[in-house]
Amino acid sequence: MFKAKNRGVGVVGAIATSLVVLTGCASADPAEEVVVGSFAFPESEILGNIYALALENAGFEVETQFNLGPRQTTVPALEDGSIDLMPEYNGNLLFFYDTENEARSTSEVDAALETNVPEGFQVLNSSPAQDKDAYVVTQATADEFDLVTIGDLSRLEPFSLGANPQFAELPYGLPGLASVYGVTDVTFVPIEDFGGPDTVKALVDDAVQVADIYTTSPALTAENLVVLEDPENLIASQNVIPLLNSDIYSDELAAVLNEISAALSTEDLIELRTRVEGDEKAQASTAAQDWLEAEGLLD
Amino acid sequence: MMKAGLQEFSELTSEDCRMSWLFDNFDLVAELTLNHAALSFTPIFLGFVIALVLGWTANRWLLFRSWIIAGGSILYTIPSLPLFVILPYILGTRITDERNIIVALTIYALAILIRTVAEAFAAVPTDAIEASRAIGYSSWNRFWHVEFPLAGPVLLAGLRVVSASTIALVSVGAIIGSANLGYLFTNGKQRDFLEMILIGIGASFLIALVFDILLVLLGRLLMPWNKRTSLITNGRRILSSKGA
Amino acid sequence: MQFFLDALRWLTDPANYVAGSVSPLPIQDRVAEHLWYTFVSVLIATLIALPLGLFIGHTGRGRQFVIGFTGAMRALPTLGLLMALFLIVGSTVPFTQAAFVASIIALVILAIPSILAGGYAGVESVDPQTVDSGRAIGMTEMQILLRIEIPLSLPLIIAGIRAATLQVIATTVIASYISLGGLGAIIASGIGLYDNERILGGAILVTVLALVVDGFLAILQRLTTIRGSSQALPKKQNVRRRSHGSTAVAVKAVDERKEYVQSKK
Repeated sequence: MFKAKNRGVGVVGAIATSLVVLTGCASADPAEEVVVGSFAFPESEILGNIYALALENAGFEVETQFNLGPRQTTVPALEDGSIDLMPEYNGNLLFFYDTENEARSTSEVDAALETNVPEGFQVLNSSPAQDKDAYVVTQATADEFDLVTIGDLSRLEPFSLGANPQFAELPYGLPGLASVYGVTDVTFVPIEDFGGPDTVKALVDDAVQVADIYTTSPALTAENLVVLEDPENLIASQNVIPLLNSDIYSDELAAVLNEISAALSTEDLIELRTRVEGDEKAQASTAAQDWLEAEGLLD
Repeated sequence: MMKAGLQEFSELTSEDCRMSWLFDNFDLVAELTLNHAALSFTPIFLGFVIALVLGWTANRWLLFRSWIIAGGSILYTIPSLPLFVILPYILGTRITDERNIIVALTIYALAILIRTVAEAFAAVPTDAIEASRAIGYSSWNRFWHVEFPLAGPVLLAGLRVVSASTIALVSVGAIIGSANLGYLFTNGKQRDFLEMILIGIGASFLIALVFDILLVLLGRLLMPWNKRTSLITNGRRILSSKGA
Repeated sequence: MQFFLDALRWLTDPANYVAGSVSPLPIQDRVAEHLWYTFVSVLIATLIALPLGLFIGHTGRGRQFVIGFTGAMRALPTLGLLMALFLIVGSTVPFTQAAFVASIIALVILAIPSILAGGYAGVESVDPQTVDSGRAIGMTEMQILLRIEIPLSLPLIIAGIRAATLQVIATTVIASYISLGGLGAIIASGIGLYDNERILGGAILVTVLALVVDGFLAILQRLTTIRGSSQALPKKQNVRRRSHGSTAVAVKAVDERKEYVQSKK
C-alpha cells in the first residue's frame, strides 16, 4: 500500500516538476523577433493587428502583446524590451515626453517628436489618419446652451466632465481648458474606458454634461453627439505613428510600416471601429486583415 | 424527438445568433483557454509544495504556527490588481513577463493553503503519531508514511478550493495584458458584447471542472484506502476562498 | 523598499485628505465608499443566504446542493461576473446608478456561498445529542433552531461572514474598473497616471482596511465561542471532543421548560 502510494507520488512529482520547468523556460525571448504591443482599447488593438499582420506577411517573425494598458505601462514595456513596436499617437506621445511643448499641428508635432523621443527609440512617418481627443456634448445640450466651440462651455458652467484619469492633468485636459478657454467650474468624473461605452453612456444619461470621446468613435454618429470646435488649437494633432525600439529598425520594416501609414485615413479608422465595436462585433484581427487586403498591402 | 431538436438547433445557428461567434472564433477561445489553464497550474502546484513545508513546520513548532498563519492571513488581504502591477518592479522582471502573474497567484494560493495544511496536520490523531514513534519511524518517514496519508483528505479538499479560486483569479491579469480568458471579459465590456463575456465565464468554469475532476482522481490514485473522496465535514474547511 | 516608504509618505500627506478634491481624492471619501459597498452587499447576502443555510443545516435537506454550489461558485471569475452584470444592468439603468447596482449584485452573488456554507456548517456542527435533548424535552423545531442551534453555530456563521467580507472588500477594488468608487479608484488612477505611490498607497489602504474588519469579526467570533464547545478547540486538536458547552445550553433549556411548566400550574 505504501509502496504504491510512493510510486504514485514520484510519477506525479516528475510530471509536475517538468511542467514547471517548461513554464519557466517558455518566457525566453529569441532575437530577430518583433513584438508588437497596443493600448487597451479596440482601436489600438486594430492598429496593432494591422502592423503585426503586415510585418508577418513581409517575412518578419512577429509576436503580439496587446491590451497592455495606458502609455504609462507601454512605455516602460518598450524600455525593458517586453515590446518593440507600438502604434502611437504623435500628439499624446509628445506630451508624454515633454509636457510643456507648444507644438500643435501635424508637422510641428512630428518635428518636435524627432528631438524628444529618447535615445534608443525612434518614430517613423506619421499617418494622415488622426484620432483626436475631443470635448463632446449631446445635441440637446449643444442646442440648449448654443455650444459650438470649447470656449462656449463657459455658458454651461458649472458642469461635470467625464474622461480617463489622465485627463485631469494633461495639457489639453482640465488645465488647458482653464488656461486657454477660461472654463474652470468643472467637476471631474474619471471613467476608465478611454471614451468607450461607459463614457458615452455617462454623457447620454446626463451623468456628465461633457465628455472626452475620441473623434473616430462610432458613437459620435450613432448617438448624435456634437464635437466642440477648437479655434485656439488646444488639442494637438493625434496622427497614428509607429514608435519602435531602434534595435529592430531595418529598411524593410520601415517600408512596411510607412506604407501602412500612408494608406491609412481617418475614415478608415472610423470604419474599422464601427466594424469592431458596432453591431457586427468583428474581431480586431479580422477587421485588420480585411483592411490590409482591401488596400492591397498583403501579397 | 432527436430530429426536432436538431432542426431547432440548426435554425438557431442559421439565425443571427451570437453563439456563432464561438464557432467563428473557436481558435481564439481555445488558445486563451489553454493559456489560462497553463497559468493556473503552476501556482496551485508551487503553492501546495511551499504550503506543505510551511504548514508542517507550523504544526511541529507551535511558535512558528501563529507567525505563519498570521502571515498567511495578511497575504490573503493584499488586493490582486495592484500586486500584479507592482510585482515587475519588486521582482525585476519585464512588465509582460508571465512570471509576474504566476508569482502573485502562488502567493494567494499559499495564503489559503497554509491554513488548510496546518489544520490538516493538526487533525492527524496523536495516537497514530505516538504509535509510529513507538515503532521507530524516523521523522522523515513518519511524515511521508503516517502524517501525510492521514492528512490527505483534508489536503485534497484544500487543494480543490485553491484550484477553483486560482482559476477564477487568473482572469484579473487580463487588465494588465495577460493573454487569458480575462481578455474575453475586458474586450467584451469595451465593445458592449455580452456573449463574449458569457463564453469566457463558461470556459473558465470548464477549466475549473476539469482541474477538480483531475484532483479527485489524483486523490483516489494516491489514497486508495478512501472509498470515496471524503467531502468536507467540518464546516471551517468550506469557508476559505479568495476574492479577486 | 523605497516604494513602500514613498507610498507611506503619500498616505500620510494631509493634502490627500482635503475634502472636495478632484476624484479619486480625498482618501477618506473612498474609504467610506468602500466600507459602505462592503456593508450593503454583505448585509443583503446574509439576509438571503443565512436563513437558507440554517434551514439546510437543520433539516439536512439539500446538503449536496450546498457543497456543490459553494464549490462551483468559488470558480466564478469575478472579473467576468462584474463585466457581464455591468453590461446587463447598464442597458436599463442610468450611468450613475449602473455601476453601483451592477457591483452590488456581483458582490452579493460572491458573498452568498460563504455565508450559506457558514450557516449550514454551523448548524451541522452542533452535537446531535444536544439537539436530541432539546427534542426530548418537547422543544419545537423552531425553538431548537433559535435556542440551541443558532447560538452554538454563531462562531461558524461569523466565520462565513468573515470570509465573505474579505472577498467583497477585495472584489470591490476590481469593480473600480467599471467606474465604481471606493479604494479601487485610487489604485486605478495610480495605474493610469503611472504613479506607483498611489498604486501602493491604495493597496496598503485596502489591506489595512481588510485586516481591521477581519480582526473585528475575528473578535466577534471568539466572543460567541462558548468555552468547551466543539468550536473552541485548542491548538493541537483531536477532532472528536465532547462538547460540554452544548450540554450547558441543553441544561438551561431544561430549566426554562421546568419554569414554564410550573408557571402553568
